[in-house]
Amino acid sequence: MSNALRLTALDALHRSLGATMTDFAGWDMPLRYGSERDEHNAVRTKAGLFDLSHMGEITVHGPEAVKVLDYALVGNISTVGVGRARYTHICQEDGGILDDLIVYRLGETEYMVVANASNAQVVLDALTERAAGFDAEVRDDRDAYALIAVQGPESPGILAGLTDADLDGLKYYAGLPGTVAGVPALIARTGYTGEDGFELFVRPEHAVQLWEALTKAGEGVGLVPCGLSCRDTLRLEAGMPLYGHELTTALTPFDAGLGRVVKFEKEGDFVGRAALEAAAERAATKAPRKLVGLIAEGRRVPRAGFPVVAGGEVIGEVTSGAPSPTLGKPIAMAYVDAAFAAPGTSGVGVDIRGTHEPYEVVALPFYKRQK
Amino acid sequence: MSNPQQLRFTKEHEWVTAVDADGIATVGITEFAANALGDVVYAQLPAVGDTVTAGETCGELESTKSVSDLYAPVTGEVVEANQDVVDDPALVNTAPFEGGWLFKVKITAEPDDLLSADEYTAFSAG
Repeated sequence: MSNALRLTALDALHRSLGATMTDFAGWDMPLRYGSERDEHNAVRTKAGLFDLSHMGEITVHGPEAVKVLDYALVGNISTVGVGRARYTHICQEDGGILDDLIVYRLGETEYMVVANASNAQVVLDALTERAAGFDAEVRDDRDAYALIAVQGPESPGILAGLTDADLDGLKYYAGLPGTVAGVPALIARTGYTGEDGFELFVRPEHAVQLWEALTKAGEGVGLVPCGLSCRDTLRLEAGMPLYGHELTTALTPFDAGLGRVVKFEKEGDFVGRAALEAAAERAATKAPRKLVGLIAEGRRVPRAGFPVVAGGEVIGEVTSGAPSPTLGKPIAMAYVDAAFAAPGTSGVGVDIRGTHEPYEVVALPFYKRQK
Repeated sequence: MSNPQQLRFTKEHEWVTAVDADGIATVGITEFAANALGDVVYAQLPAVGDTVTAGETCGELESTKSVSDLYAPVTGEVVEANQDVVDDPALVNTAPFEGGWLFKVKITAEPDDLLSADEYTAFSAG
């Protein structure tokens, strides 16, 4: 294993818990602690605790911070209120997706952009370049935060015992500063699991104290530490895209079925506008490949890159696939030709190492929690 | 983890028992391999009557993250596949050296480079 791997503030704790570690975007991260299926099911039915400190935080602040973000990103950031968050994309001039992001508005003129670990440097560079000429500063805050997520139906109860913050008033995609287990934290009601839950941004030196307090608070209600393996199956069941799989620089948000994140109505120019207008028109006139769900009839698991086939022809490609603990069957997300994208389309299969295994085409997501 | 002394091992992380009176040995994967795979969700095992060849693939084990080829540690004819593992592949994780065995084979030839438990322990630690 390379010595160059970056360690989170919780590294020693993961090792003491017996975690299997993995290299993820240059970080040594917990893949799983025990059975990834048990961890997955704990998040669906009780609660799970994740170290997500590899995520890349970038602060944009100053009088024209919002103008920077409206110019640099495809979303309408000026409509985000203080204490709220927005899912958005950052695109190249040609419309290709550089990354998907969550932007938190921390104050009147202060925003935190959270990028994927694998793209954090690219996003930082793009924001810095795009901020030129604006009265705002882009700051690399990757080392300023550890990120701990508690996800699952028991997570509000677990957190409520550790904070005075108004969690009932904290809606999905909102974030507020507060104190959790005695340490200052940005408490956000976001996640990547399809469950209710929170993401807690804290200073790295407070991470261990917070993790231990959450572990203790969750003892009686089935909270378990969870690795990135179950995070991937949780987001896949929830139909959430993963950069490098469903999202790449070769695709625009319209190609990915996420055209709704592009806000042409916002004021002023933004990077990629012209190319994205053309992409929107293309998508409306001649449907590109569509992102669909596939559910196996058999038990062999489709993996990213496997061809989707129908009538002996390749009609698409798997972008993510895994055995679904909730459905008890292999599932996949795949881009397929529009003619095969309707739920229930018959005769669709995945080429799994030379054998065409039958698959059912379904609408995403595979799993939606009962509210 | 400890590798049972009475078994012999391959560098592909299979184990094989000594043959019984009928020349039949049992084959599985090691605890080290099961841990590395993570939760096994699907086992494609060789069928009864198949001839398997030492060092060649004879099935596959699918886990959450990946699929791994199953290699035959010895050459011979398959006389039984473990239906319990087909029905509940998690047995490979929970009892790799016992209930999670994979198939039984009537050996016609075996390679001369099978490892002892101690040799395999050193190999898998390295």
